[in-house]
Amino acid sequence: MQIGDSFKISYTALSAKKSRTFLTMLGIIIGIASVIIIMSVGAGAQSLITNQIKSMGSNLISIFPGKSDEAGPPSSVMGIINTSLKRNDLKALANINNVPHAAAVIGYNRGIAAVTWRSNEIDGTYVGVDADYPIIEDAAVIDGRFFTQEENESLSRYAILGSQVNEDLFYGENPIGQNIKIKKTAFTVIGYFPKRGTKGFQNQDNLIFIPSYTAQKLLLGIDYYSMLRVKVDLEENIEQTINDIRVTLREQHDIDNSENEDFSVRSQKDALNVMLAVTDALKFFLAAIAAISLVVGGVGIMNIMLVAVSERTREIGLRKAVGAKRNVIMNQFLIESIIITLFGGVAGIVVGATFSILIALIARYLGYSWDLVVSINSIILATSISVIVGLVFGIYPAQRAAKLNPIEALHYE
Amino acid sequence: MPSELIKLNKICKDYINEEVVTKVLHDIDLDINEGEFVAIMGPSGSGKSTLMHILGFLDKPTCGKYLYKGKDVSNLTDDQLAEIRNKEVGFVFQAFNLLVRTSVFDNVKLPMLYTGQKLDKEKVLEAIKSVGLLHRINNLSNQLSGGEKQRVAIARALVNNPSLIFADEPTGNLDSKSGKQIMEILQDLNEKGKTIILVTHEQYTASHAKRIIKIRDGTIISDTIVSERLIAKMENELTK
Repeated sequence: MQIGDSFKISYTALSAKKSRTFLTMLGIIIGIASVIIIMSVGAGAQSLITNQIKSMGSNLISIFPGKSDEAGPPSSVMGIINTSLKRNDLKALANINNVPHAAAVIGYNRGIAAVTWRSNEIDGTYVGVDADYPIIEDAAVIDGRFFTQEENESLSRYAILGSQVNEDLFYGENPIGQNIKIKKTAFTVIGYFPKRGTKGFQNQDNLIFIPSYTAQKLLLGIDYYSMLRVKVDLEENIEQTINDIRVTLREQHDIDNSENEDFSVRSQKDALNVMLAVTDALKFFLAAIAAISLVVGGVGIMNIMLVAVSERTREIGLRKAVGAKRNVIMNQFLIESIIITLFGGVAGIVVGATFSILIALIARYLGYSWDLVVSINSIILATSISVIVGLVFGIYPAQRAAKLNPIEALHYE
Repeated sequence: MPSELIKLNKICKDYINEEVVTKVLHDIDLDINEGEFVAIMGPSGSGKSTLMHILGFLDKPTCGKYLYKGKDVSNLTDDQLAEIRNKEVGFVFQAFNLLVRTSVFDNVKLPMLYTGQKLDKEKVLEAIKSVGLLHRINNLSNQLSGGEKQRVAIARALVNNPSLIFADEPTGNLDSKSGKQIMEILQDLNEKGKTIILVTHEQYTASHAKRIIKIRDGTIISDTIVSERLIAKMENELTK
C-alpha cells in the first residue's frame, strides 16, 4: 500500500461527510486559533509593558516609601500612603560620599487640579520634581528652560508644560512668560516640552512640571515625596548603587537591619522582572485554557473516529479480507484523524493570525506601542500540537479498526 | 495428475462464548486439488461457512492441520494470513461488499492496493473485461444492478490472479437470470484453471460444481463427484 493511496482513501472518506468533518475540525480550529491569539496578544501586551518600562531608561532606580516584598509591587502602588521619604533622605542620597555612582537624584509628587489661562480651563495633572528632572528622564524643553535647584528651594512658581497641556491651554500661542493658575495659585510658564508620548504608563504630554518645594508647600501641604529616582552613572553600578541607597536610607531612618526597611528600592530591571512574571503567569494561564479547548477538540475527534469505525465496519472487514494488514488499517484511520487535525490546525493558524493582526492594528490605532508577534515558534508549536492531538486521540479508534475480526466485520449490519 | 492444493487433517473449530464451548466443526479431513470446482452444501448452522472461513484463511482452526500447497498454515499470525488472502485467494460474497460511492475501477483495484507493489492498471482493466463490464468502468458501485455488482466482485477477486476463488452464496441476492450469468462466469473461470470453492444451500447453484461436499452438524456427510449430466438434467427440469 502506497502512502498516497492511504491519503486518497482518507480524503474520500472525509469528503463523503463534509459537514461532519468540518464540525469535527472546528474544535481544533478554535483550539489552535486561541493558542495563537493568546500567545500573540500575550507577547504584544508584554512588549507594550516592557517598552513602557524600558522607555524610562535602564539606569534608573526608583525608591518607594513603605516596605514591600521584593517580588511584589511596592505598597504605594496599592494606594497605601506612606510618608517615610523626606527631603533629608533626598539630600543624603545626593551626597557623593553616600551614593558615589548617583548621577542625579530627584523626588516626585503629584496632584490633580484645575489649570486656567485667561478663560481657558483644563483638568491638569501637575508633577512636583527637582531641578535634575531633565537629566533623570532624558527630557529637554523645546523652548524656554527648566527651573534651577535654587529656584526650587526658593519656592519659585514656575511651570514647564507637556505638549498636550500647551496645546489645550494656549491653542498655539507662545506660552513662555504667560501666567497660568494651578489650584488658583499663579505660575509663570518658563518652558515647554516637545511631544514625548507615553513612558512608564504615563502620558508625559498631559503633565505640568513645577518645583517640588512649591508643590509640597503651596499646593499639597505635605513634607514627603511619593517617589524618589536615582540615575546611576553606568549600568554595571546599578547593584552597588541599590545597596548604597539602602544603607544610606537605613541610616537616615535609624533602621538597623534590612528586614525593617520602610522603603523599597527597585531598578528598572526589577520592575521589568515583576511585570514579566505577572504577564508570563497570565499568558500561561490563558494558554492552559486554550490547551483545554484543544483536548476537548481531540475528544471530539476520537468520538467521530469511533463512529466512523463502526459505520465502516463492513468496509474494514472487506479490506482485511482482501489482504489489508493490521497496521495498514490502523494507519489509514490515523491518517484520517491527522488530516482533520492538520487541516484544522492550519485553518486555526490562519484564523488566529488574522485575529492577532486585527488586535495589533486596533491597539496601535489606540496609540499603544504594540508589537505584532505571530512567531514561527507558535506556528510550529500549534501545528505540532494539532498533529499530536490527532495521533493521540486517533490511535484508540484506529486500533479498534485494526483489531476487527474480518469475518465479524463482513457480517456486521 | 493435478497437484494437491488443500489438505485438511482432523480440523476442528470451537467457539467459546461466555465459557460455553460450541463445537462447530469435528475432525474434518478434506483434500482439494488444483483446478477443482467444489460446492460445499449444508443447512444453516451446519458449519459450512466456518469451514469456508478456515479454508479461505479468514479464521484459524482450533485443532488439526491445514496444509496449503504443502505448507502448514494452521498457526499463522493474522498478518501472515492477510498476506496469503491477498496473493492466493479471491472472495465473492453474497452481499457483494463493494465500496459505496466508489467507481468500478477503484473497487476492482482494491486487493492490488495491499500487495505492496505499484498499481498495474492493465491487470485491473483485464479483470473488468473478463466479467464484461468495461463499459461501466467509471460508474459508481451504487449505480449498478445486483448482477453487475456481483460481476464487479468477481473482477475484484481476480485482480491479483489468485489460485483459489471462494464464492459464499454468490447468487443468494440475485434474480435467477443474473444468478445464472454469475455461475457461468465461475464455470468459465474454472475451465481456465482456477480452483473454485462455492458455499451454497441451493441445489441449482451447487449443480455447476464438479464435486459436491455435504456437511451437517460439523461433519462431512457426503463427498461426491458430479457428472456433467446433472447440470443438464436440472436445467431441463427448470425449463419445464
